[in-house]
Amino acid sequence: MTDRALAVVRAGALTTVQDAGRPGHAHLGVPRSGALDRPAAGLANRLVGDPPETAVLETTLDGCAVRPRSTVTVAVTGAPCRVTVDGRPVAWGAPVRVPAGALLDVGPAVSGVRAYVGVSGGIAVEPVLGSRSTDLLSGLGPPPLADGTVLPLGRPAGVQARVDVAPQPAPPAELVLRVTLGPRDGWFTPEAVRAFVSRPYRVSSASNRIGLRTEGPALERARPGELPSEGMVLGAVQVPPDGRPVVFLADHPTTGGYPVIAVVHAADLPAAAQAVPDTPVRFVTVRRR
Amino acid sequence: MKVLPVGEDALLVEVSSGDEAQALHAELLRRRAEGTLSVREIVPAARTVLLDGLDAPARLAAELTAAELPAAPPRARDVVEIPVRYDGPDLAEVAAHWGVPVREVARIHGDTEFRVAFCGFAPGFGYLTGLPPRYDVPRRATPRTAVPAGSVALAGPYTGVYPRSSPGGWQLIGTTDAVLWDHARVPAALLSPGTPVRFVPEAGS
Repeated sequence: MTDRALAVVRAGALTTVQDAGRPGHAHLGVPRSGALDRPAAGLANRLVGDPPETAVLETTLDGCAVRPRSTVTVAVTGAPCRVTVDGRPVAWGAPVRVPAGALLDVGPAVSGVRAYVGVSGGIAVEPVLGSRSTDLLSGLGPPPLADGTVLPLGRPAGVQARVDVAPQPAPPAELVLRVTLGPRDGWFTPEAVRAFVSRPYRVSSASNRIGLRTEGPALERARPGELPSEGMVLGAVQVPPDGRPVVFLADHPTTGGYPVIAVVHAADLPAAAQAVPDTPVRFVTVRRR
Repeated sequence: MKVLPVGEDALLVEVSSGDEAQALHAELLRRRAEGTLSVREIVPAARTVLLDGLDAPARLAAELTAAELPAAPPRARDVVEIPVRYDGPDLAEVAAHWGVPVREVARIHGDTEFRVAFCGFAPGFGYLTGLPPRYDVPRRATPRTAVPAGSVALAGPYTGVYPRSSPGGWQLIGTTDAVLWDHARVPAALLSPGTPVRFVPEAGS
């Protein structure tokens, strides 16, 4: 069989299909979704000669294993990990040829959380509202990979990157997230706002594609009562009644009813996607430009 | 109108009522359609409209702060009719909150002209307003782990229809076979902000 497809041999803890997501539909309650570490996903695509927004696989902590039914070029980026083809070690962060029927194994993350597997031609599942991304909050897009799933592949663009190894940022030992305060910092006591930007937090193991949950000082409200639901942006730091900040990631709800104390700079979110549980987190205010 | 900056490229515009939020939303959609507003997302909510993905948020903030809110333009949109069987498990509880006999819930709900104030919670889930404030009901103390798709529900000032089975704490008063969300359909969502809606009691309910 010479069809362009990828058979999933080991799906891993959570492997999803991700591209640039489906922005523009928030008013219908549709999250933006898309790869959490966009630079890593884009690099995987460039290494295999695909446009940067082509659909790739996003793994979580323990990688995945797939068997292409035709010869493909792959590149694994994001969280550093051991990569093998039919048991033989191959390069991480570089284009690798995988013959038809060979087993590509993306091992557990040595550090970081999410690895990206770019495949020449891209993952060609049916798009929903213009995107092939799996959206875990609302269930749009393909379901997370399961053992035995067969994913169709697109036609390769045929442009191969001429690099051996691409430099990539190391997953953070400490996560420093630049924030601008607001829009609802006024709902918290001055002490709470000070604690938020000066005291250390840690990444909670309850984090997922919807939000990076944190453990640390509970932030006390200055005013009681309910906030009427309002629109939420990527990177919004929402504070639920337990007082522990949650940083909204790609699958975040489009509206919410808890106050947002600050918003994390978009440039810092890829690092947030790679911070393992217990990583120290500091929120740092910067002046609005 | 109060304009709050949100992060690097978004603004949250706060007004004093749901009606004003709908008028502001209509005005912002009009500006986008005529090409004078460049923005990725316009997300209306209870008393705010979020503008996300702006090129020059500070300039727009200054302009909006100085602007008068126009009256809501009359919008010639077809009313979406949603057939309902008023058979929900919380019907008696809602009737008790309202202080009316159980069968009156269907009449009052079915006689109301609703409008989608905003969406959220799930693709295709609209927060519908239109019931007078005396019919506000609290959320259930303990949310259900699974509310069936098509459940017609109430919470606070809102009515909504669950597009798919999900956990939920709203009071369930009925069931519909209407398909709220179908991504193979154009448009995928039956309801979008501003859509006028009527619930039509099915025979026997």
